[in-house]
Amino acid sequence: MTYDFFNKLFGSQIVAALIQSLLPLFFFILPFALFAVWFERKVSAHMQDRLGPMRVGWHGWLQSIADILKLIQKEDIIATENDKPLFNIAPLLVFVGSYAAFAAIPFSSAFIGSNLDLGVFFIVAVSGFVVAGILMAGWASNNKYSLLGAMRSAAQIISYEIPTILVIVTIVMVTGTLNLNTLSEMQTGHFWNWMIFGGPTFGIAKFLLIPFMILGFVIIYISTLAEVNRTPFDIPEAESELVSGYHTEYSGMKFAMFFLAEYANMFAVSAVVAALFFGGYQSPIGYLGNLIGIKWFIPIEQLLWFTAKGLFFVFVQMWLRWTLPRLRVDQLMAACWKYLIPLAFVNLIIIGLITLI
Amino acid sequence: MAIEIENNIAANTGLKTEHMILNMGPQHPSTHGVLRLELELEGEIIKKVTPHIGYLHRCFEKHAEAMSYPQVVPYVDRMDYLASMYNEFGYAIAVEKLLGIQVPERVEYIRVIMGEFQRIASHLVALGTYGADIGAVTPFLFCFRDREKILSLFEMTCGARLLYNYIWPGGVSHDLHPDFIRQAKEFIPYFRPKIKELNDLLSYNKIFIDRTANVGILPLETAINYGISGPNLRASGFKWDLRKDDTYSIYNKFDFDIPVGKGLKGTVGDCWDRYFVRVLEMEESLKIIEQALDQIPEGDVTSAIPKRIKPPVGQVYSRVENPRGELGYFIMSNGSLNPFRVKARGPSFVHLGIMNELCKGHMVADIIAILGSIDIVLGEVDR
Repeated sequence: MTYDFFNKLFGSQIVAALIQSLLPLFFFILPFALFAVWFERKVSAHMQDRLGPMRVGWHGWLQSIADILKLIQKEDIIATENDKPLFNIAPLLVFVGSYAAFAAIPFSSAFIGSNLDLGVFFIVAVSGFVVAGILMAGWASNNKYSLLGAMRSAAQIISYEIPTILVIVTIVMVTGTLNLNTLSEMQTGHFWNWMIFGGPTFGIAKFLLIPFMILGFVIIYISTLAEVNRTPFDIPEAESELVSGYHTEYSGMKFAMFFLAEYANMFAVSAVVAALFFGGYQSPIGYLGNLIGIKWFIPIEQLLWFTAKGLFFVFVQMWLRWTLPRLRVDQLMAACWKYLIPLAFVNLIIIGLITLI
Repeated sequence: MAIEIENNIAANTGLKTEHMILNMGPQHPSTHGVLRLELELEGEIIKKVTPHIGYLHRCFEKHAEAMSYPQVVPYVDRMDYLASMYNEFGYAIAVEKLLGIQVPERVEYIRVIMGEFQRIASHLVALGTYGADIGAVTPFLFCFRDREKILSLFEMTCGARLLYNYIWPGGVSHDLHPDFIRQAKEFIPYFRPKIKELNDLLSYNKIFIDRTANVGILPLETAINYGISGPNLRASGFKWDLRKDDTYSIYNKFDFDIPVGKGLKGTVGDCWDRYFVRVLEMEESLKIIEQALDQIPEGDVTSAIPKRIKPPVGQVYSRVENPRGELGYFIMSNGSLNPFRVKARGPSFVHLGIMNELCKGHMVADIIAILGSIDIVLGEVDR
C-alpha cells in the first residue's frame, strides 16, 4: 500500500523502494533500539531496588542518546593482529541479518516492507546470516575469548533454529500459508481467533488445538531467546566467563552495531512470535476506527497494537534476563536436543492429526 | 560431572595436537580481584589450572616488623578487606594472649556482635558475587542492599564502612553508639525474610542447581589434606568450627549450630553445598547476634587497653574462625615495642591451592563456578 503511494508520489520505482526499505530503519528500528536500551536499564534497575538512569532528561530518557553520542566519539580500535577486512565486515553482517528480517514483518495492514509469500521462511533464513557475522567477529578478533564465544554462539544459534522451524511448520500446517501478512489477516476479529487459542475456526478441533498451541508457543519462545543470545542462554557473551564474547575487541560504532543488532533482533523475534500466535497487528478487542467510522485510523491502531505486543515480549525477555542465571554450554545443547526438539516433533505430529479431524 | 574426552587423534592419525593455553585474569570480571589463572584447555575441557598470585602483595608481614603492636591493626584490616573486623578480632586475641591480659566482658560481647555482623556481610558478598558469576545479577544487588545496612551499623560504631581499626588489643576504640542496640535489633527481623528471598531467587533455582550441583566436588579427605577450613571444609561434611571446637572469646555462651554440607542437590562437597553452607551460616550468625544483643552487659570498654604494649619475650599462635576459614596469627616478641615477626595464616591462600584439584576435567564455565564457591579474597591471598 505504502509502496504504491510512494510510487505515485515520486513516479519512480527505485525511489519508492528505497523509501519503503528505509522507513522501518529510521522510524522503527533505531528509535526502538534507543528506547529498548533505556527501557532495559529501567526494568533491570527497578527489579534490583535501584532507580537506574535519572540524570539525563525526565527519568533519564535521553540516556541512550547520550550513550550513542559517546560511542560515536570513541576511537575505532583495530588491533594489529586482527584480520582487518573480516573484522570490519562482521558488525555490518550481523546488523544486516537482523535488519533484513524486518522486511517481511507486517507492521500493520498498510505497511509491510515486502509482502513475501515466503515471509516466515525468509526471516528464519536471514537470521541465520547473523551466525556468519558472529563467527567472523570471533575469528577476526584474534582473541581466544572471542573465538570461544563465537564458536558457542554458532553452535547455539544453529541448534535452536531447529525447534523454531518445527514450531513454525506446525503453524504453516494449520494455516496453509508462510506469508506473515496473510497469517495476521487470518487471525482478524477478536482474540479468540488468535492461533494460540486455536485459530479462526470453530468446532472441536479448535479446543483440541489450544493446549498444543500453547506448548508450541513455549517452545518457540524459549528457542528465540536462545537465538538472540538472551539470558538464560547468553552464553556467547557470558560476561563472567568470556568477558563479553565475540564483541570483546570491538569499540565505538562497531560495538554499537552489535548492540543495535541485538535489540533489533529482540524485537524481530518477538514480532514473529506475535504474528504467529498472537494475531500480529490485529486488535484483540476491535477497532476504534470502525466504531467512529474513520477508516484511515485503523492501520495506525494496528501499528500500535503490533508495537505493544512486540514490546510485551521484549519486556518478558528482559524480565527473564534479570531473574535467571545462565546455563552452561553443554546444558544448553542438552536442553535443545534432548527436550525441545523431541517435544516440537511430538507437537507437530499431534497438531497434524488434529487438523485431519 | 567431570567430562573425559579420549584424545586418540594423535595416536590414530599421527597428527600433532596441542592444548590451548588460555590466560584468565588478572583483568577478568570474575576472578574476584587480581588473580591470574593459566588454563590448559582441550576445547572447553580443562586439563590444568595454575593460579599465579602476587598482584596485590603489600608486604604486610615485613611492614609489621617496623610497627608497634597497635600500629599493625590497620594493616591487618587490609588483608581480608571483606572481613576486616574479624582480622582485627584475631589479631587482638593473639596480642592479648601474648600479653596475658583479660578484657572486660562488654568488650567481648561487642567483638562477637561485630564479628558475626562481619560474617554476614562477608557471606553476602560471597553469595551475591557467586550469583553474578553464574549469570544472575539481581541477587547480587539484593545482597549488597542488605550488606549496606550492616555497613551502616559499622559506620555508626566507628566511622568507617570497610576498614575499621575498631578492635584494638585490650579493647575496642569506642563504646557502641547509644542507638546501636536498637538498630541492630531491627536488622534481625528485617534480614530473616531476606534470606528466604535469596533462597527463592537463587538457591533453589533449577538453572542455578544445574550449574553448581555435582560440580567441583571436594571429598573430605582431599579437603583435610589440603588444609581446607571454614565453610569449604564444612560443606564437605565435616563439623569443624573453631568457634565451638577451639572456642575463644565468649562463643561458648551462645547457642548455635554448625551447618554442614549434606549433598541436598548433588554430592556432598559440591559447589552448591559450599554455597548453601554459607546461607545457613548467616542464620546461625543471626542467632548469635540476637543472644549477644540481649545479654550485653554495661561497662567500660577502653579500661584494659594498655598504654604501652611491650610483651615479654615469647611467641604465640592464635586462631579464629574467619568468615572464610581458619585465620591464624603467629606473633613472636623479642621484648621490644615492635613485634619481631607477625605471620598470618590466611584461609584464602590455602584454599586457592585446591583450584587445580577441583577444576580438572570440568569446562571453562565451571571454573567460574568453582572459584566463586571457594570464596577467596585476593587481598588476603597476597597480603
